[in-house]
Amino acid sequence: MNTVSVDARAGMRGRRRVVITGMGWVTPLGSDVDAVWERLLAGASAIGPITRFPAETFATNFGAEVKQFDLIEHGPFAGVSGLPHEETGRNARFALAAAAHAFRQAGLGDVGATPTQVDPARMGIYLGAGEGIPDFDACVATSLEAWNDEQRALDLHQWGEAAYARMGRTRELEQEPSLSVAHLARHFGARGPSFNCMTACAASTQSVGEAFEIIRRDDADIMIAGGTHSMLHPFGMTGFIRLTAMSTRRDTPTTASRPFDQTREGFVMGEGAGIVILESLEHALARGAAPLVEVAGYGSSADAYRITDIQPDGVGAMAAMGAALEQAGLDPDAQEADGRPQVHYISAHGTGTKENDAIETRAVRGLLGDNAPRVPFSSIKSMMGHLIQAAGAVELMTCVQAIRTGFVPPTMNLHTPDPACDLDYVPNRARDLRDAQGKSRVHVAMSNSFGFGGQNNTLVIRRFET
Amino acid sequence: MIEQDTPVARNIIITGVGAVSAFGVGMGALWEGLCAGESRLGPIHGFDASGLRSNLAGQVPEGFSARDYVPKSYRKGVKVMARDIELAVAAALTAVQDAGLTTRATDSDATPTYAPERLGCQIGAGLLAPELQELALAFVSASEGKHFSYEQWGEVGTNNLTPLWMLKYLPNMLACHVTILHDARGPSNTITCADASGVLSIGESMRVIERGDADAAIAGGVESKVNPTWLLRLDLMKRLVHTDGHSTGANLVRPYDPKAPGTLAGEGGGILVLEEASYAARRGAKPVAVLEGFGAGHEPNGLDQQATGEGLAGAIFAALRDAKALPDDIDAIVPQACGCLTSDRPELAALQQVFGGHLAKTPIVTIVPNIGDSTAGAGGIATAIAAQCLSTQALPARIHHGTPAAGLLVGACPSQKRSLRRVLVCTGSVGGQCGALVLARAT
Repeated sequence: MNTVSVDARAGMRGRRRVVITGMGWVTPLGSDVDAVWERLLAGASAIGPITRFPAETFATNFGAEVKQFDLIEHGPFAGVSGLPHEETGRNARFALAAAAHAFRQAGLGDVGATPTQVDPARMGIYLGAGEGIPDFDACVATSLEAWNDEQRALDLHQWGEAAYARMGRTRELEQEPSLSVAHLARHFGARGPSFNCMTACAASTQSVGEAFEIIRRDDADIMIAGGTHSMLHPFGMTGFIRLTAMSTRRDTPTTASRPFDQTREGFVMGEGAGIVILESLEHALARGAAPLVEVAGYGSSADAYRITDIQPDGVGAMAAMGAALEQAGLDPDAQEADGRPQVHYISAHGTGTKENDAIETRAVRGLLGDNAPRVPFSSIKSMMGHLIQAAGAVELMTCVQAIRTGFVPPTMNLHTPDPACDLDYVPNRARDLRDAQGKSRVHVAMSNSFGFGGQNNTLVIRRFET
Repeated sequence: MIEQDTPVARNIIITGVGAVSAFGVGMGALWEGLCAGESRLGPIHGFDASGLRSNLAGQVPEGFSARDYVPKSYRKGVKVMARDIELAVAAALTAVQDAGLTTRATDSDATPTYAPERLGCQIGAGLLAPELQELALAFVSASEGKHFSYEQWGEVGTNNLTPLWMLKYLPNMLACHVTILHDARGPSNTITCADASGVLSIGESMRVIERGDADAAIAGGVESKVNPTWLLRLDLMKRLVHTDGHSTGANLVRPYDPKAPGTLAGEGGGILVLEEASYAARRGAKPVAVLEGFGAGHEPNGLDQQATGEGLAGAIFAALRDAKALPDDIDAIVPQACGCLTSDRPELAALQQVFGGHLAKTPIVTIVPNIGDSTAGAGGIATAIAAQCLSTQALPARIHHGTPAAGLLVGACPSQKRSLRRVLVCTGSVGGQCGALVLARAT
């Protein structure tokens, strides 16, 4: 591919069709796609007390942890040589496991075996991976060692000396947010366009969207896309506690995440990764891969309002959703022959904060008008918490599952209606949207992600038809 | 306000450049300093860096205040800006002013040049370093002597951090503050690929406009590496020269010298205003340069693998194809050239692979010996300088106190007038992401 001739490709700015051919996740509810899906439909909760560090006295001392996760002992990397080095960050480990599942489903082979059907230069990566987990204990110890109590100030000279003694190269390097991409590229042989973005809670929706555009423009044939993040560490919890953004229902953690319920008072922290294999339709068909769904639209916008608040009318969210629907060729006001709106399921950003859920509702209503109450619109954050930068990719995968199975997951813990939240949130029970023959009637689904600071992203996918 | 429509072929031009660097705020100061062959790599001011092994850097001069670059009504907002955000806000304003755009920040009462929904914002960033004194105070409040208690941290320690503490340090806040200040409501992203963040952000911004999702954008990269946390981290990553006994850094940073000892940290960045050419023409804007091509690729790097330059070469080839240009069409190169062998070596291999014999005739612009390496900011600065080279038809001076590899135009050289049709900007990164941009002279 590395030729310098001004060849036909340069003029081939086609608008290629893009499909998803594989997907994998690591979530607080497990790492197997089908098993986690069953748990979501059953309304399971993954939320409980934090066990990874002593958080008992924290205002929020619970979260949705990924448990029983060991990339090397149990995961797809068992027996693979050239394993990630021992201090590989938690984000990268989640992403590696999720990508391995996605690769296998896409028929690209197992870890370590470079896929023969793919030109490495035409396979890229676009992640919304978060920063690595900071070394909190070393940070504390360094500060205390360098503290001058008389002056009530840090002695920076001493800080430097203490830091050299306490902080390690690999641990610090692993905090680079682009390192998850580096690990994936190493194990899956990708040499094409490679990116990482950090648009807070919107990051992995944006990464899938931009990866979709990269393939559409013919700058790659395959993109490994998604996100990975854990903020279940002392700094992460502290930051959100100070912002009073998280639920503080310490006595009832399993029901603390209650999107759209009037008694909601914050989100619940989760962690994990979601990875999808995006591929140009022609490339997928040429190698005999089966498309799971087609990616139909992507919209991105900024609120440009305040760093602490969402624009109250939801105009930023509406702009992102509107752009995604327009690219997908869908009309928010239209109805199909059977009387249904053209979108059949919306995966809500639905964090469970007072502000988000009311404004997201307003935005969906603003865009879909009279169609809005007729579209099932649920939040899986009620069950697995908020995976922050990984949330978008994982929620996109639930949309894929909804299209494929005909079921939509519920919003759990929704018992007290809020007048500001008056749409169909699929409360407390999954819904069967199959026809009499058992075929899925979910043909089009939309996934929303809105980041702290005002960056909004939406994806629209549809069932694959030739 | 310019009305919307969808031109068939959308070409992207640069109509404004803004920069913040060790030479101060604005492209003018940076360009003059570079042309004069000055280096601002010197002792660190503002905090005690004596406990660090690399303590010379390229800092934005004392006296910089972000309050000077925001409207009065936004001055409270400066309190929640870490250094990187402050620098980004200043760079963005100077770029917008240079382009002659009217935005909410330049005149909140006037009709903006672009509808807010058609103005995008892509600003690459790094990880923002926390203020250590504030953290230490909080840690101490949860400790008995040198013994820290998680229990006390949860009960009282966290209260010693300001409520909005975390918002000061989120990488997306560079773009978010800029979108709010300028009322840019189009697509916005925060690419965090270390050294490649700036180039990849400008490239993605170009794509966003090209595909019609925006008509103009504020794009670039900004970062400050001059703080204890990053000076330590970069040293642990074996990036920095140990400065023991030196008081100036110009002679320590030696791009493409096989014996180069490492780089020095810098801070700042470059932000550009990109516009779809027909829109810019309609408002009579004068292009600084044309953004002709973008390419990206991946290089095994950063972990324990030896980089070969293949990923960067792939990115450069892709950018050339996108620009419909050949290597011989490139008249100057602005690479990362930071003086770290781990990145200089593969970078040189990539340039040799792409350019072959043409490389010996192609001047290389180096800036790290002058202002240090601001990582995510470096790509923004490099692109701003490339645009300036094209618009002035001149190359800045080069500083070099070492012995660069033979057959390269990278040694010390005064500023010169030169006929330049196209300039290549390219960079790899510690995570392996590579990006390349081809800029052309505006006709």
